[in-house]
Amino acid sequence: MSLLPFAEWLAGTSGSIALHESLFMYPVIESVHVLTLCLFVGMSVLLDFRLLGFGLKKVSVTDITDRLLPLMFVGFFIMVVSGVLLFYAIPIRSYQSVWFRLKVIMLIAAGINAWTFHSTIYKRVHEWKESPVTPRRAKLAGALSLFLWAGIIVNGRMIAYNWFDCDMHQSKFIAWAAGCTAEQQK
Amino acid sequence: MDLLAFAGWCEASLLGTTVREVGWAFAVIESIHLLALSVIGGAILLVDLRLLGFGLTRQSVSELSRDAQPWQDISYVIMLVTGICLFSSEATKCYYSSPFWFKMGSLILVTIFTYTIRRRVVRAPEGKIGRPIAGLVAVTSMFLWFCVGAGGRWIGFSG
Repeated sequence: MSLLPFAEWLAGTSGSIALHESLFMYPVIESVHVLTLCLFVGMSVLLDFRLLGFGLKKVSVTDITDRLLPLMFVGFFIMVVSGVLLFYAIPIRSYQSVWFRLKVIMLIAAGINAWTFHSTIYKRVHEWKESPVTPRRAKLAGALSLFLWAGIIVNGRMIAYNWFDCDMHQSKFIAWAAGCTAEQQK
Repeated sequence: MDLLAFAGWCEASLLGTTVREVGWAFAVIESIHLLALSVIGGAILLVDLRLLGFGLTRQSVSELSRDAQPWQDISYVIMLVTGICLFSSEATKCYYSSPFWFKMGSLILVTIFTYTIRRRVVRAPEGKIGRPIAGLVAVTSMFLWFCVGAGGRWIGFSG
């Protein structure tokens, strides 16, 4: 199943065209998206560091989840809204970007990682929340989260580069991974 | 030596040429710059938001700032080193870019502010600094860092 027709339809809507052509809106939205990293990933990194024992060792893990996760959610909300708008402004190229596709895969993986953490080892958090040394499962979740978010940031930045764009000649593998049509690859 | 000549020298240096001519170098260094941004952002916001009464309010400001200090310093150094690499690859463009100068001005201000006034306030014993002063320091810090970040992002959009 290809979402290309949807991306093509989206690209033809007046809102998408207006956003794409606007002199200031697109850079402003992108700046918001990038700077919100400080709030969203910044806070999530603090929790990961605590889980890995890199710092905040005297702070109870539930203090961090109770007090910092709400801030993180504010950041996440801004990220999603600005991110959707950025996609909306450039739907076809984003949909056919290998970087964007990798980013989405890693986002899903980060979601699964967070969900797994919360539904397993975090259920028994009161047994280990005060301890500076966390259980192995918690450390694993922290390390995975750091790795995935770092990957998401790097992939997100790379979307801007056109090395693997469909309107350039690509290897069979990239053309397949990006979902380039035969027409584009002629 | 005037600044334009200095920019030209940076661009012609081994570092500048390498970053410019190795296809992936700029993108990779820029990504590291962004990764460090997330960490420095977290370290700064943790303490600034605490000064404003948000976040980890059960811990004292000085306790949190001691925890955040190494992350702040390490990511600052990473940002500086990667920033110098990025700059040297396109120094002349930066010389003619107003967002670049805006960013550098804000960076100097925020660095001085962070390592003098803010440092003193966040290290002060509990209750010694009034809430209005603490709030003012937090807002100033966040505003100046915002100028650095927004200025940085805007270098890429202009020219």
